[in-house]
Amino acid sequence: MKTQNQRAWFFVLPVLLLVAFNALIPMMTVVNYSVQETFGNNVFFWEGLRWFEELLNSDRFHAALGRQFLFTGIILAIEIPLGIIIALSMPRQGFWVPVCLVLMALPMLIPWNVVGAMWNIFALPDIGLLGYLMNTTLGIDYDMTQDPFAAWATIITMDVWHWTSLVVLLSYAGLVSIPDAYYQAAKIDGASSWSVFRYIQLPKMKQVLTIAILLRFMDSFNIYTEVFVMTGGGPGNSTTFLSIDLVKIALGQFDLGPAAAMSLIYFAITLLVSWLFYTLMTKDDGK
Amino acid sequence: MAKITLSDLKHSYYPDPKGPDDYALKEIDLEWSDGGAYALLGPSGCGKSTLLNIISGLLTPSNGKILFDDKDVTHLPPNQRNIAQVFQFPVIYDTMTVFDNLAFPLRNRGVDETTVNTRVMAIAEMLEVTDMMGKKAAGLSPDNKQKISMGRGLVRDDVNVVMFDEPLTVIDPHLKWKLRSKLKELHQKVRATMIYVTHDQTEALTFADQVVVMQDGEIVQIGTPVELFERPAHTFVGHFIGSPGMNVLPCEVREGGAFFENTLITLEGEIEQGTGPSQIGVRPEFVTLGDKGLPAIVHKVSDVGRHAVVEAKVGHTSVKAVIEGEAPVQGAATHLSFDPTKTRLYRDGWIATRAAS
Amino acid sequence: MRKRSLIPIIYIIFLMLPIYWLIAMSFKTTNEILSGFSLFPQTFTWDNYVTIFTDPSWYWSYVNSIIYVSINTVLSICVALPAAYAFSRYRFLGDKTLFFWLLTNRMAPAAVFVLPFFQLYSAVGLFDTHIAVALAHCLFNIPLAVWILEGFMSGVPKELDETAYVDGYSFPRFFITIFLPAIKAGVGVAAFFCFMFSWVELLLAKNLTSVDAKPIAAEMTKTASSAGYELGLLAAAGTLTIIPGAIVVYFVRNYIAKGFALGRV
Repeated sequence: MKTQNQRAWFFVLPVLLLVAFNALIPMMTVVNYSVQETFGNNVFFWEGLRWFEELLNSDRFHAALGRQFLFTGIILAIEIPLGIIIALSMPRQGFWVPVCLVLMALPMLIPWNVVGAMWNIFALPDIGLLGYLMNTTLGIDYDMTQDPFAAWATIITMDVWHWTSLVVLLSYAGLVSIPDAYYQAAKIDGASSWSVFRYIQLPKMKQVLTIAILLRFMDSFNIYTEVFVMTGGGPGNSTTFLSIDLVKIALGQFDLGPAAAMSLIYFAITLLVSWLFYTLMTKDDGK
Repeated sequence: MAKITLSDLKHSYYPDPKGPDDYALKEIDLEWSDGGAYALLGPSGCGKSTLLNIISGLLTPSNGKILFDDKDVTHLPPNQRNIAQVFQFPVIYDTMTVFDNLAFPLRNRGVDETTVNTRVMAIAEMLEVTDMMGKKAAGLSPDNKQKISMGRGLVRDDVNVVMFDEPLTVIDPHLKWKLRSKLKELHQKVRATMIYVTHDQTEALTFADQVVVMQDGEIVQIGTPVELFERPAHTFVGHFIGSPGMNVLPCEVREGGAFFENTLITLEGEIEQGTGPSQIGVRPEFVTLGDKGLPAIVHKVSDVGRHAVVEAKVGHTSVKAVIEGEAPVQGAATHLSFDPTKTRLYRDGWIATRAAS
Repeated sequence: MRKRSLIPIIYIIFLMLPIYWLIAMSFKTTNEILSGFSLFPQTFTWDNYVTIFTDPSWYWSYVNSIIYVSINTVLSICVALPAAYAFSRYRFLGDKTLFFWLLTNRMAPAAVFVLPFFQLYSAVGLFDTHIAVALAHCLFNIPLAVWILEGFMSGVPKELDETAYVDGYSFPRFFITIFLPAIKAGVGVAAFFCFMFSWVELLLAKNLTSVDAKPIAAEMTKTASSAGYELGLLAAAGTLTIIPGAIVVYFVRNYIAKGFALGRV
């Protein structure tokens, strides 16, 4: 049992100050902007909830939000099962385990704009490996700067390349924590490999999978740099996700009010969906 | 139910073993009859778990055969051997209810739901877990979890043998005896062949009709608890079983007699021919203090409840005796005598006197 | 070899392809790159790397990145350690709310904070310093570090603390000589993740710097703007950014899998 101790607040204080400095002050700025209009020169006019109303009724926002959910949905649907399958087929011990882990973790350690640039070079129609294979070897017309479908496919492949390893690492961590006796008991009980997965491996992976899904949701929902470098949101607006649209409005057009309102709604959606995921995935735990 | 025969069994964890030291199991020949309760007893690392895993089919032995009722099962996988095993740590399927846990081995074998129901309820009745059938297994206490794992082993009526691999390790001491007697009771009800692996002599001796004592990959003695206690075939058995263990005293063999501290000791019978270091073995329970016998000085007295353990020095060798009633004081001079029918000579550790017939 | 091991092998090949392409590209001359497709560098050249290591604005941007990432990692771990200890050992007013609030900051889209951060750090006179980027990255790294460390600390039995106090250790001495060694794997994992997320982030790093603290990631954008594409140079700079990550991941290879598995949700 933990002891009651209010002095613990002193331990938490440094964290609190740093995070508050970084989170609360900027958040207040955002809230401040979101209810005002400015034409520069530090002159502000009270606008109330106008930006929120406009934004919630704007087609542009709906489209970006729709694209964002579609993208996040697709990559979760690919990365989670794929990550589990790869983790299941990895060796449990021996020389190859650290080799696999190091190689798999590598994509996650590359700066995001380098990831974007790397995939750009990789996908160049005539001189990139992927582009060359598609166009010349397979004879598929492929150019992600022209064709929205190709752009989506490339970004999704890029994200799968970039982040599936996170799911693999987490699932693997869950898998190796299962004692051998469970597998032996299942063998003796005559369980099929599906039953072993369903009743032993999946339950033991549940906690780490919850973390994996939450992290992948948050990060894919906030994706900016890779996509910006690869397509800049194009062709047209086809890959303009929420963050890209937000930066366009805030820094491109310098519409601070609408951008701030969008920030708040964006953050609220991320929080809401994360909370929903979390509640859904842990609702059985209490019983 | 089946008779189990282990014939010329050897196992090594190395792909090509060089000498006897590379073998976890050196040479096992054993026959267990149908419906018996057996215990494999030995210190950790003696090879008992290896033997268990070979019987269950989780390991294939490097050499030798396993027969269930004269059918060779050496190369059959666990699920085709019709066996059940209960592990050291309770293995339960967290997401299933207690009922589904118990029904799992039956359903995997395509048993129809009415039979599943009757079998599961019957086992639950025996284990006294009927009140928790609908609960998620994850929330149970360790002893109840272990009961469920046992139940999964007993629920099938076609099992050849049920094996227990130190099943009481994680159970609270005050619940241990309860589960232990439950297990004994279950054996009497279901009459399946049961093999119980443990390093705890109390568990082995209370559970089994016959105990197999192992050391360093070898069987040292097979016998009933009484036999193991009264006539240990090896000093290891004498030392390992009983509390305190058997007195093992250095001695000299000449003229067909055994001399301890230059005194001739009467043994249970004739000494067999042979060479090698010899020792006299006698349990503290069969040593008495009195006016006649070996002169000794009382060195230490520990009262352990119903009796006292007296440690006396004969020369430089200490001999333990279990005394009922009044114990002597420390430093007192006394005389020791050994019960001749329970005093034996051991050579190279093995018994070397012929039993009086 | 069993059929099952094909899956990780294919996956790793898929992971290595774009990386191979980047490295291959970095050894090609601009001429070769633009003249057409070639699987291996035909005229192998170190020119791109020479350019980077002789131009101060290139190699300083590299050093800049390493400076702010290091500051951030050390800072995050130092403040997260006592906080994680408090969360794992004590109950106090508002502990659960606070823990959850910390985690919500991990969910904040960086894009939301770009402009306010720019204004905040300009206002306090930290714009274009390493400290600014290191502090800004604390926003998402501190919650993560607290989360991971708390998981590891909860795995250390409380009896360890009590025994140490009975033995007469003062709190700081106990914490440094006994407790820290007990959770060093956790510190390693937390440091790894802090390093990783600070190293890979660009949006904030780029917008909080202009010249003096400009990160390598931002410096790379200049290959695209000046005199067309210098793909070889871009590839060489990119290749160099993979190296620190590869070194760090090699050192923590035995702990990464455990890191999150022990954190609490």
